[in-house]
Amino acid sequence: MLIVGEKINTSRKSIEEAVRKRDAASIAKVAREQADAGAHYIDVNAGTFLDQEVDCLCWLVETIQNEVALPLCLDSPNPKALYEAMKRHKGEPMINSISLEEGRFQAILPIITSQPCHIVALCMAKTAMPTTVEERVQVGSELIEKLTDEGIPLEKIYVDPLVQPVSVNTSMGIATLGAINKIMNDFPGVNTICGLSNISFGLPERRLINRNFLALCMSYGLSAVILDPTDQQLMATLITVEMLLGRDEYCGNFIDAYQNGRFTGC
Amino acid sequence: MSDFKALSESVTKGDIKMAVAETQSALDAGVSVQDILDKGLIATMDEVGERYSKGLIFVPQMLRSAKAMQECTKLLKPFFREGDVISKGKVLIGTINGDLHDIGKNLVAMMMEGAGFTVTDLGVNVSPENFVQKTQEIEPDIVAMSALLSTTMPAMSQTIEALQKAGLRDKVKVMIGGAPVTKEYAQKIMADSYASDAGSAVAKAKKLLGVP
Repeated sequence: MLIVGEKINTSRKSIEEAVRKRDAASIAKVAREQADAGAHYIDVNAGTFLDQEVDCLCWLVETIQNEVALPLCLDSPNPKALYEAMKRHKGEPMINSISLEEGRFQAILPIITSQPCHIVALCMAKTAMPTTVEERVQVGSELIEKLTDEGIPLEKIYVDPLVQPVSVNTSMGIATLGAINKIMNDFPGVNTICGLSNISFGLPERRLINRNFLALCMSYGLSAVILDPTDQQLMATLITVEMLLGRDEYCGNFIDAYQNGRFTGC
Repeated sequence: MSDFKALSESVTKGDIKMAVAETQSALDAGVSVQDILDKGLIATMDEVGERYSKGLIFVPQMLRSAKAMQECTKLLKPFFREGDVISKGKVLIGTINGDLHDIGKNLVAMMMEGAGFTVTDLGVNVSPENFVQKTQEIEPDIVAMSALLSTTMPAMSQTIEALQKAGLRDKVKVMIGGAPVTKEYAQKIMADSYASDAGSAVAKAKKLLGVP
């Protein structure tokens, strides 16, 4: 399971402040914590800075890669921010994201074909959000076909099937799960990725819902996830489910996690 | 108010069957349509919105109550005569240009309707021109805008500018909301009000228009 650490997002107050003050030590600390907790990519999002997003994102890329030897997930719909951040990035970043939204595909395409990278393909249609499994699969398939036509290898594509709140429509959980399953079956080798927290909007005990949803997503074939790797209970769920799905030889990771005290308090 | 206790309880619980039956029996007993609407349904939905804002109830419960109210309102509709039922005001609502997220906007629209406002929903990805044109056409009291993406937020200020240019800014109140939107941003772009959730959107709208 590929883990993208979600904590460096300026919609969080402490991160916003650290970026505003160019407080490199605070940012480095959050990057380090996530790396130590098992993140494979560190997500960076400076969207709240609006017209200063480009500068902030570039500063974040340099600051984080000075601290940890990990690739980053550059999280923005803004082509200019992605382009500038990518120039400063060491190694192959993950670009989050491209979609079928009006203008977005054409704007992001030249960036992701300019140098090797991984790409999140968000299942947003041209003028609407898909609601059913079928709509999600249709948008996802179209994105996969368009991206592979441009020479991007299937293994570098991460389809995000969109997660919508189950509080508003109780079939939204199944809609995401079904889409993960179908896309993984239809395009062997492709990845699927999603964030978890949208599922629990409007309900109490959101962390409980999120981690159970993670387990379900994994059992339907999800291969990458955007989450807070410093959330012990969430990571304990991930490690346990990996084992139960037969992806943990001799249950080694599970036992290691236990022996390293990573399950205390779960 | 005590007359509407059973109706109020059933709407609060979101018990559609019971709410409809209570509405019907109030009608049969000759209670005025205006009273059933104001003292029974709208007063209850106000409370539902408040409880949601305070975190005492959750989205599915609010949806259920709103659904119950809608079903009751259907029963009342045939009795409405022109000028009979006074709307709290007209609200024009939409998710701004470049943004396709509609869940929050839909919750606000639903609660505004529940509170007795007349709501025109322009949907998602609404351009400033579209907001202006519809404002000219229906002359709303409030223009309400929603955004989920921080990157689309500038379209809110563009819409306000477009209203200004069209000479409409003084004729409407502008409300904004959505996950990345803040009170500070509302002040910065000179919106009249900011609401953090569907329940408080109703309270803010009433305040803006000075209606009970």
